[in-house]
Amino acid sequence: MHPRRHRRHLVWWAVAALPLGFLGIFFVWPLLTVLARGLWDGGFDWAGTWAVVVDPRTADALVTTAGLATLGTLGSLALGIPAAYVLYRLRWRGQVTVRAIAAVPFVLPTIVVATAFTALLGRSGPLAFLGWDQTVWAIGLAMVFYNTSVVMRIVGGSWAGLDPRRADAARTLGANRRQAWWHVTVPALAPAVASAASVVFLFCATSFGVVLVMGGTRINTLETEIWLQVNQFLDIRAAAVLSILQLVFVAGILAASAWARRRRERVLGTRTVDGTRPATRSDVKVVVPVLVALGLLLAAPLWALLSRSLKVGDGYGFDHYVALFTDPPRSVLPVSVWQATLNSLTTAVIAASVATGLGLIVASLLARRGRKAAVLDAIVMLPLGVSAVIVGLGMLLTLNRTVLGVDLRGSWWLVPMAQAVVALPLVVRTLVPPARAIDPRMRAAAGALGASPGRVWTRVEWPLLRRPFGLALGFAFAISMGEFGATSFVARPDRPTLPTAIYRLLGRPGAENLGMAFAAAVLLAALTASVMMVSERMRTTVGGDL
Amino acid sequence: MTGLRVDNVVVRYGGAHPVTAVDGVSLTVAPGETVALLGPSGCGKSSLLGAVVGIVDVDAGQVVWDDEDVTDVEVHRRGFGLVFQDGQLFPHRSVARNISFGLEMQRLPATDKRARVLELLELVGLDGLGDRPVTDLSGGQRQRVALARSLAPQPRLLALDEPLSALDADLRGRLAIEVRDILAAAGTAALVVTHDPAEAEVMATRVLRMRDGRLA
Repeated sequence: MHPRRHRRHLVWWAVAALPLGFLGIFFVWPLLTVLARGLWDGGFDWAGTWAVVVDPRTADALVTTAGLATLGTLGSLALGIPAAYVLYRLRWRGQVTVRAIAAVPFVLPTIVVATAFTALLGRSGPLAFLGWDQTVWAIGLAMVFYNTSVVMRIVGGSWAGLDPRRADAARTLGANRRQAWWHVTVPALAPAVASAASVVFLFCATSFGVVLVMGGTRINTLETEIWLQVNQFLDIRAAAVLSILQLVFVAGILAASAWARRRRERVLGTRTVDGTRPATRSDVKVVVPVLVALGLLLAAPLWALLSRSLKVGDGYGFDHYVALFTDPPRSVLPVSVWQATLNSLTTAVIAASVATGLGLIVASLLARRGRKAAVLDAIVMLPLGVSAVIVGLGMLLTLNRTVLGVDLRGSWWLVPMAQAVVALPLVVRTLVPPARAIDPRMRAAAGALGASPGRVWTRVEWPLLRRPFGLALGFAFAISMGEFGATSFVARPDRPTLPTAIYRLLGRPGAENLGMAFAAAVLLAALTASVMMVSERMRTTVGGDL
Repeated sequence: MTGLRVDNVVVRYGGAHPVTAVDGVSLTVAPGETVALLGPSGCGKSSLLGAVVGIVDVDAGQVVWDDEDVTDVEVHRRGFGLVFQDGQLFPHRSVARNISFGLEMQRLPATDKRARVLELLELVGLDGLGDRPVTDLSGGQRQRVALARSLAPQPRLLALDEPLSALDADLRGRLAIEVRDILAAAGTAALVVTHDPAEAEVMATRVLRMRDGRLA
């Protein structure tokens, strides 16, 4: 090989070693350990693995996972598709604001959503009379709350770009409205719907916090079953086998999703037209019901959460918020919720710094496309396909010991590292498009003006990536603040984060504890939402493709 | 002072469909001389220019300046300037700070830097526009800034890659004359790549034709 090319190659891999090393220690090694524990027990133990697979609890968890995901997906489509029409295909004043409000649930931490629905449907909640507490209907509704905006965005994007003249052409050929809809519009939208459905199905099938909090003891999915096996039955082996099942399950969904996406690209082609039209008087009968349904779904749980966090006895007051600053009884929480909040803030700062620091390195390396960039990209995206619960379990199994002379047992360092693993893929997806938008010839121009590769980075690339970096930092911070799946495995009981503290409070008897849980959830929601709002301002025209 | 000597340079691109973009080209550019490389698109002229400047790897042959082999010298140490077709100005810097980029890299004192920037703004006819954001400029103005930016650190050789192709025909004709005069005033050796014979005639003291990776 050419000596200069060879040296650049070496430098590239030397820089890549940092993110790869991080993922190796905190992701790949823990993941492989989980796989090994699932299949080995002193030797290759197929019988032991099989015993877990055929256990009735496992079948139950699998059926529940698939059933809940189906329910959540169907519900999200039922509301999301009409919402896509109203908010994307039609044009009306105030639409942009409504879209932004409709996207709010997606940035809320799962524990907040679960707590809000508990406030709405649980005992002494405004809708307690429905008797939906700890049922699949409640969980399904929470999933719809979460994922309607996902359907809306994917289908809406496709619908807005659909050429209306296609349906007109069908009409001129003698099709009535209904026939034009069925034979032209539906087939054109189908790939987007399929793609949205598979993404939502994946989110529902891996939504750990919502099921753990709202399912009580009766409803268990693969993920909560993993958690139960570790924390209640202390059966690591079973948890590892379930993790393998979960990985296979998710891989199946991802394959289906990739297939649907390819089809969508094929149908849409590259041509996009403006297919939107102004809303008319006759659209009112569609627009109003959709907006009312969206509004109720969004407002009811959040309103229930807020009002119950303020409800004291028969009146209202800030008592539950004040209680966040006091030390509760040891049996409830070892520290005050305020202390847990500080833990969360510290952890999130570290996790976000690690994730964005590594993400920036990865994005700079991926700026130039090529074979080694594709390899690195694939490796960095891996955590996206592995549930946070498995990441947490794996770290619990591998890193609860001394590594390279550092005693990690029970170390709180594991928490930010786990959160950084979870946030890294999203950080990379936020930073890569702006990094790739920098013309390689601009770097060449700087080089020809005498800037060394290092100075090209500090003087040209970094100034152009600063704003996307701020956006990614905010994303990573919000993700870490709300992260529950992996954190619930590695957070020490005496050093809870805000989400794990809320979970503890929800599980303790007493109106006081419940009230504190509601107040804490409001605090967490306010913290993450404000961080997201500030960082959204950093979005530039070349922003990420989230 | 013998200037630039390119000796049997070969540039290959690997990948699924390997191509030899430059197939053993030799040429010279004397100090103060402007040589044009004229040829259709895809003939390898831009690759050759990249190899001279140091942003494209040379697979065989030599790039020599004043008897010093610079083939393996990195682009930022070579002292050759480069102007792209679309300027590639830094969008986060003003006109003046674009021009001063190369001077910053040389760690020139602030007063010298300011003086040199003013001198170049005048040379390319953009007096008083130093504080403008580059995003506010017209296409012709941008190319003037790109030219000034490349000339500021006083490169031994200036490489220009289709410097006027992005502009409309009328402006191109006028600017070609201006570029020639600016290069003459700066006394810099220059290598211009273009597909427009008229442009080559106006700007260059000598025209070389290139086809399929070789000089015709």
